[in-house]
Amino acid sequence: MAVKTIKVDYLARVEGEGALKVVIRDGVVASAELKIFEPPRFFEAFLRGRDFSEAPDIVARICGICPVAYQMSAVQAIENALGVDVGAPLRALRRLIYCGEWIESHTLHVYMLHAPDFLGYEGAVEMARDHADIVRRGLALKKAGNAIISLLGGREIHPINVRVGGFYRTPRRRELQPLAEELKWAREAALETVRWAARFDFPERERDYEFVALRHERDYPFYEGRIASSRGLDISADQFDAHFEEAQVEHSTALHACRKGGGAYLTGPLARYNLNFDRLSPLAKEAAREAGLGPVCANPYRSILVRAVEVLYACDEALRLIDAYEEPERPAVEAPPRAGVGYGATEAPRGLLYHRYRLEPDGTIADARIVPPTSQNQASIEEDLRRFIGGWLDLPEEDLRHRCEQTVRNHDPCISCATHFLRLELEHAR
Amino acid sequence: MGKPRRPKLAVWKFASCDGCQLSLLDCEDELLAVAGAVEIAHFAEATRASVKGPYDLSLVEGSITAAHDAARIREVRKNSRVLVTIGACATAGGIQALRNFADVREYLSVVYAKPHYISALAASTAISEHVAVDFELRGCPISKHQLLEVLSAFLAGRRPTVPPHSVCIECKLAGNVCVMAAHGTPCLGPVTHAGCGAICPAYNRGCYGCYGPMETPNAPALSRWLEELGMDSETLKRVYRSFNANAPAFRQESERHESER
Repeated sequence: MAVKTIKVDYLARVEGEGALKVVIRDGVVASAELKIFEPPRFFEAFLRGRDFSEAPDIVARICGICPVAYQMSAVQAIENALGVDVGAPLRALRRLIYCGEWIESHTLHVYMLHAPDFLGYEGAVEMARDHADIVRRGLALKKAGNAIISLLGGREIHPINVRVGGFYRTPRRRELQPLAEELKWAREAALETVRWAARFDFPERERDYEFVALRHERDYPFYEGRIASSRGLDISADQFDAHFEEAQVEHSTALHACRKGGGAYLTGPLARYNLNFDRLSPLAKEAAREAGLGPVCANPYRSILVRAVEVLYACDEALRLIDAYEEPERPAVEAPPRAGVGYGATEAPRGLLYHRYRLEPDGTIADARIVPPTSQNQASIEEDLRRFIGGWLDLPEEDLRHRCEQTVRNHDPCISCATHFLRLELEHAR
Repeated sequence: MGKPRRPKLAVWKFASCDGCQLSLLDCEDELLAVAGAVEIAHFAEATRASVKGPYDLSLVEGSITAAHDAARIREVRKNSRVLVTIGACATAGGIQALRNFADVREYLSVVYAKPHYISALAASTAISEHVAVDFELRGCPISKHQLLEVLSAFLAGRRPTVPPHSVCIECKLAGNVCVMAAHGTPCLGPVTHAGCGAICPAYNRGCYGCYGPMETPNAPALSRWLEELGMDSETLKRVYRSFNANAPAFRQESERHESER
């Protein structure tokens, strides 16, 4: 019996510390594991006993790449517990800062983490030696996303301006104008990004995933919507725990989220796109069609293209929001403490991010639950490895290893996010 | 004759959110210049390529929370001519150092269904508690401008110019109105290390201390002001116990208010 093991001891160009192990027995992929060895940080434990007003600053620290997503799911869940509605103008500002995070995070992944796989480089710095203008365009596009977060949030990483009830300070209309100028350039750059990525050579690999994403009556979802799936699920955030669970699978040391009574599912750009194509702006739809994407894409290697379309959409949407911006009367609505349980679900760049908080009458957090996209996608990532790499087993080992890594990077896993929630295998400590 | 050898830069990650190493990739206007001035020899978040040590400069993000990481940082130190820690996790243990004030086994049981499968150290500690550190850059997250200053200083062979004074000084330089004096908003600015640019007061909120203690802070004096603004001892304990909870000056002050209760 011929057994071959492909190992990647430290996955590069993902956020956080993970490893990969694929076992091939008699020319068939026998098992695939995405191993997580990042140490746990216990956010859900130490949120207990903190005041609800501290949650947005604390949960931001789960992830330096998508802190806005954590802040948005947290304020939504806590406001749900408090029975607070911030109103349309403040919701629009939250949507705007979320546009910034999508642009920044997706562009980081498209240009710096994922494109090098398609063009045969070890990383973006190496890619810049041959494609300096393209890498510069990517960096400038990322910067435009960060400019939105900096203005609305105070800084790019761990913004300081998000609070339960709204913001500490809201911008004047004229402050947004320079941003609009930068975003007009960014929208063009995003369109070029879609066209550039459309020329990559995509492996023909598809799967019948259950796609799970938010779905909103009018908007392409960032900040609001019901949780929907391609197999008919349609629930509000407070029903998440009734429909999803974290289950243990034999081959892995990590807990994997799955549909109760169902199986693995996929959240993230492909899921959002497939469930919400009709909610994209005309420009984003047209760019998608021109790039050869239909209204449904089940090939995760094309996710880079979908991310590029979402960056274009986020630029377009940010410009629309800036144009329609009305200065709110107050930067935040009153949010007096009361006992209750609240639920929140928003679309982080990597997919659905669910938060639940139980509050004491004085506003102290009694318990918290946070389910990030990467722990939801882990089972699907491993299934991708089992199903997709079969056609590449004759490649030289280094090339096969690279294909395995690319297959993981399709989903932009954020291991730093997932760690507090996954069961880990660590060396025995004292 | 070839060009002089570029210094080898390595970036290492321990328990953290990735945000401080992301700050390097967030130097959108400078990144390619940095990549030209140094050889990026190890930076897993950015590239698969990894060149063996020794390294001329290692940037270390994250805190030590597991036995295998305590061993790994000693290897990194051995292979690094200069070692600079970046961010609150690496310089003070980070938000995850809140476990230092609790029972880590109880924490495990809250997050994990089968806690006995996991072993984590009882405390989250700064890199400097394990190995010698040549320079500590504060902040949660660090300032990318200060990071560039550290890199430039290293290339020029000088000490980085990173003022150890308080956020109050930055606030005055920025021309902000004092949120505590003018609005009675509690603010940790008087005891917090500068570097962020005093952004919280500029956005009408008090500083929450994410850069950790300044050089020689007088936290008890600030606490008396905060008490006058109506803070009870439980709240005072909490405000010092966040992203730099294990930094000695903040740790002592939070424990003082804990023992008062």
